[in-house]
Amino acid sequence: MSGAQKAARAAESRDIRNRWLLSAPALLIVIVAAVGPLFVMLLYSFMVKGDYGDVKFGQFSLDGWSSVLFQRDIFDDTLGLADAHLAIIWRSIKLSFLTTLFTAILGFPTAYFIATRPAKTREIWVFLVTIPFWTNLLIRTFAMQQVIRNEGLLNNALVWLGIIDSPLQIMYTDTANLLGMTYVYLPLMVLPLYASIEKLDFRLVEAGYDLYANRLQVLRRIVLPLVSPGIVAGSILVFIPSLGAYVIPRVLGGGKNMMLGNLIELQFGAGRNWPLGAAISITLMALVMIALLIYVRNAARSGAGHA
Amino acid sequence: MSAEQRQRAIEIRGVSRIYGEGEHRVTALSGVNLAIAENEFFTLLGPSGCGKTTLLRLIAGFDFPTDGEILLHGEDIAPLPPFKRHVNTVFQSYALFPHMTVAENISFGLQMLGRPKDEIKTRLDEMLELVHMTAMRNRQVNQISGGQQQRVALARALAPKPQVLLLDEPLSALDYKLRKEMQVELKRVQAETGITFIFVTHDQEEALTMSDRIAVMSNGEVRQVGTAREIYDQPSDRFVADFIGESNFLEGEVTTVSETSARVKLSSGVEIDASLPAGKTPSGKVTVVIRPEHASVGEPGPDHLNGTLEEAAYFGTDTHFHIRLDSGDLFTVREQNVRSVRDQHRKGERIAAHLGPSAAQILKDRS
Ligand SMILES: Nc1ncnc2c1ncn2[C@@H]1O[C@H](COP(=O)(O)OP(=O)(O)O)[C@@H](O)[C@H]1O
Ligand SMILES: [Mg+2]
Repeated sequence: MSGAQKAARAAESRDIRNRWLLSAPALLIVIVAAVGPLFVMLLYSFMVKGDYGDVKFGQFSLDGWSSVLFQRDIFDDTLGLADAHLAIIWRSIKLSFLTTLFTAILGFPTAYFIATRPAKTREIWVFLVTIPFWTNLLIRTFAMQQVIRNEGLLNNALVWLGIIDSPLQIMYTDTANLLGMTYVYLPLMVLPLYASIEKLDFRLVEAGYDLYANRLQVLRRIVLPLVSPGIVAGSILVFIPSLGAYVIPRVLGGGKNMMLGNLIELQFGAGRNWPLGAAISITLMALVMIALLIYVRNAARSGAGHA
Repeated sequence: MSAEQRQRAIEIRGVSRIYGEGEHRVTALSGVNLAIAENEFFTLLGPSGCGKTTLLRLIAGFDFPTDGEILLHGEDIAPLPPFKRHVNTVFQSYALFPHMTVAENISFGLQMLGRPKDEIKTRLDEMLELVHMTAMRNRQVNQISGGQQQRVALARALAPKPQVLLLDEPLSALDYKLRKEMQVELKRVQAETGITFIFVTHDQEEALTMSDRIAVMSNGEVRQVGTAREIYDQPSDRFVADFIGESNFLEGEVTTVSETSARVKLSSGVEIDASLPAGKTPSGKVTVVIRPEHASVGEPGPDHLNGTLEEAAYFGTDTHFHIRLDSGDLFTVREQNVRSVRDQHRKGERIAAHLGPSAAQILKDRS
């Protein structure tokens, strides 16, 4: 190796070292703030639970994990499925799925409307969509409560119009959870959808009409396939927080309609079963990962078709 | 059979399209009248922004006229949405569906029309053959070249057998050689399918070589309709004469008028014969147009356009002589180069443009 080459190598490795040094603070924060707590959670899920919360450090146990899905019968001590937990997991998945579906159904026309406005007014519409973010989630949820409670806006209006005789019980049902989550997460669907519809080449829509496709066929055969990245991105942005929703089911769903977020809170709080809480948290994360993996695979497939 | 006698595929009656209001008001088309015959290769020719695309969009149904009506085989198509008009478009940008293969793109129209599967398959094979794309049928459309995309766009628009095919500057994105090839291809396809083509271009050469008839447009108006020869040899106004080919314009006054021609006294005092514009008997001051190749250089004389040679530009096959006439006008003569005569004329030399028979044409407008 010549001297010049050596000098070049040295400069290069110095360069790489400098880059690592520059990114060190960010990496440190990621490791300490994100990976660290996860590791702690993983550790806790394999410990024996403490009597007043916390865990008994150093005492290994699989109880936390087994009680995610199974429970011991109080009388004969046999292992059975933990129906309550399964119901909550199922409710979380079902409600998250429905929330994603409803936000997509409501969000698509909204995003399409915004994307087809003149360029100047588009920004105003996007701005309007983001306004709810200015308000605290808790306050928005309470606002929803005011609308759907028995003496709330909705019921009063329906009774006054004579459509119903007595108020509908919406509060403390899955419907309340669904309404709340659809309302809160709708902007997260609208924005990525808008971004992809805005990029849509509307000459392709004209080409579709030109080739005898009616409006529905143009939507199904041309628009939807081309904006599918936006639909997928919006679905992920809505599905993931829905799965971990805490405030909304707490306020609107009440004790009987818990979702995973509430179950976790219960185990760390009144339930005093931290290993179980930790195990459920990791289960939740695993569900999110599965959803993401499905997304990545879809994205890779549709990406191969487009690029 | 003349174009007028054949069945009319498209008739455009007094069509205007005005965009915007107040100070943003743009008149994209104003009072356009056209009758396009069946099987005709009809070209809309004009500079960018003259309203060609707008007219095609009105015919296709993507946009609606502010005024006037459009008839397809005698039937007013105003109430029909684009997907009910038997008119297909080859878009300037091709607008191929990026999420479909070549074959899927071409079969799309037939599928939407609900044609039976085997018919679609036969027609697809036919179309692939017609545009020489059989080997590429399963390619994604972004994996083929621009020229191939052009062919797919053509096949896709032809597959449903439209009554009229609209082509919006389909060749403008191709390089010169490919464009020449596609011009021949398009003519062949039109002859083979017998479909009426309305072809848009801003390229005069393309228009002259390909079209049965040409409509020259400017500022949303049709300035002249005719065959390539009519438009070139008898331009009706200054815009057409200027836009198509090269022209010399000279001012003069009509002295006597006969049936087909008139004597025009030019400002230099020379009197020449000039043919009359169609449908108008001129009088008083007029502009005459003379094509550079319809004149030749020669000795000065009382009946010729005398002047001084400013420049002789050699172009291989021909030479352009720029003569400063005694009247002050610049006059160009284009002469074919013959081996025996070489470099006889020098800059600054006294010279004259001799006009051939019926070289001069009186324009309708005075400007
Ligand atoms: N949607 C529209 N809104 C406003 N003006 C338009 C619109 N479409 C076309 N125009 C105007 O109409 C004129 C003709 O345009 P176009 O038909 O595209 O011309 P060409 O195809 O001959 O280049 C242009 O001045 C253009 O700016
Ligand atoms: Mg155009």
